[in-house]
Amino acid sequence: MFIPCDRGGGSAAPDFKGFTLLMPAVSVGNVGQLAVDLVISTLDMAKVGYFYTDCLVPMVGNNPYATAEENSTELSINAEVYSLPSKKLVVLQIRSPFIKNKYRAFCETLLSWVKSSKCARVVLLSSSHAYQRDDEQLLGTPLRYLLTPDLEKAVGGRMQELNWKEMEKVAAYPGISDTDKVLHIPGGGITKLLFTESCSEGIQMAVLLKFCSEGDNIPDAFVLVNYLNEWLQLIKSEVSTSSNSTDPSSQWKIPSSWRLLFGNGLPPALF
Amino acid sequence: MATFFGEVVVAPSRAGLDEEEEAREETPEDREIRREIEKKRYQRRGRLRLDIRSGGCAEEPLVCSRFIVAIGRNAAAFLSSFILDSVCWEVVGVVKLWNEWCRTSSATNVLPTDSFCLFYRLISDPTVLLCQCSCYVAEDQQFQWLEKVFGSMQKKGLQVTILSTCPVADYKTQESTLTLVSPFLKALKTKEFQEQVCCPLLEQPNIVRDLPAA
Repeated sequence: MFIPCDRGGGSAAPDFKGFTLLMPAVSVGNVGQLAVDLVISTLDMAKVGYFYTDCLVPMVGNNPYATAEENSTELSINAEVYSLPSKKLVVLQIRSPFIKNKYRAFCETLLSWVKSSKCARVVLLSSSHAYQRDDEQLLGTPLRYLLTPDLEKAVGGRMQELNWKEMEKVAAYPGISDTDKVLHIPGGGITKLLFTESCSEGIQMAVLLKFCSEGDNIPDAFVLVNYLNEWLQLIKSEVSTSSNSTDPSSQWKIPSSWRLLFGNGLPPALF
Repeated sequence: MATFFGEVVVAPSRAGLDEEEEAREETPEDREIRREIEKKRYQRRGRLRLDIRSGGCAEEPLVCSRFIVAIGRNAAAFLSSFILDSVCWEVVGVVKLWNEWCRTSSATNVLPTDSFCLFYRLISDPTVLLCQCSCYVAEDQQFQWLEKVFGSMQKKGLQVTILSTCPVADYKTQESTLTLVSPFLKALKTKEFQEQVCCPLLEQPNIVRDLPAA
């Protein structure tokens, strides 16, 4: 599945042992994918390979993180892997939807790659339909987390310190109060499947998600990536002396591919 | 999501995967129709066959130095109008596939209005291959199409050129597409392609999808 980039000179395939794998779920508002774009772009991560898979709709374009003429002509496809060894971080970016009925196969192959490459843990960025929140979820923070039991032991305490809110389970049959509670992540794509599979296979996985709706999801992406940063400290959040707040939004670099997200310019003849 | 009239509907999502799809109730008729279509597609899919006549043994991969693929009716018509003729090119193969959108004719004598996927070889240089693919290759067949076609070729020193078209309205640019002079050419190339490209490269955030991308 994973094909390393040919860096020339016969260099060995990259080693991800002990790394944190950060990846998005293709979910409502594509918030996870936008957040991952911000991480790759800001940390200027190097591409180390891609996934050769028949599970995603094919697409290709030029380098979405181009900053100049010279680096704008590298081809980019639907599932690519970037790495930053100094932070022991490897990032998978997914750029197209799943082909019908192929998402299970993708999840299985992905998790077996996680195990074979010996990643220490997986952090999945996702989102869920805001309109499906219950009365309590409408109040307070729209951000939630989930940890598999293996990761709970390692970092559960940190989540308490950060005062994060765990994703609530909902009644299997709404309206009937004494039924089992189940995990329900509407609009989350493969989030629930990956999480439940990771629980049963002993993989350390954290899910960070935000409740949102379709629309301009750039602000949602910033909120989610700042949430991630509270824990993983990927970039320093500077204290702004003038406004007396810690708002690292301005330190995330927006990739050049985010241009024209809502269409072309207007024809002058319209006015 | 509640609409203006108070009804509750499921909002379509860019996410592309709706987990409720799995749980959606089907009437028995829907189930039967879906089963029949899948059976037809996957039976025939086993026949996503590439029949290529090569000079030597049928098991050997085709030696190919240049492979030109035209995907879609416009690109296929371009090749028919300007490149192909019965003097210099011979038909050497066909891909047969079926999906809900199109059928291929099993004959190799096709009309321009048919959907087909044919392979031609340049008679004066049999390592030059050309493919006209005017039939629609569904997203779950694209990978198999690629594996069949490229799997039967010896790829050393191979140069591949892919021709396709996209609507101008899909092109993302700062100005309005109304003021653009069209049609116009754009290209994508791998870093191994060292020759001069005859037109500007495709700028971000434009992308190519489906079979040409695959």
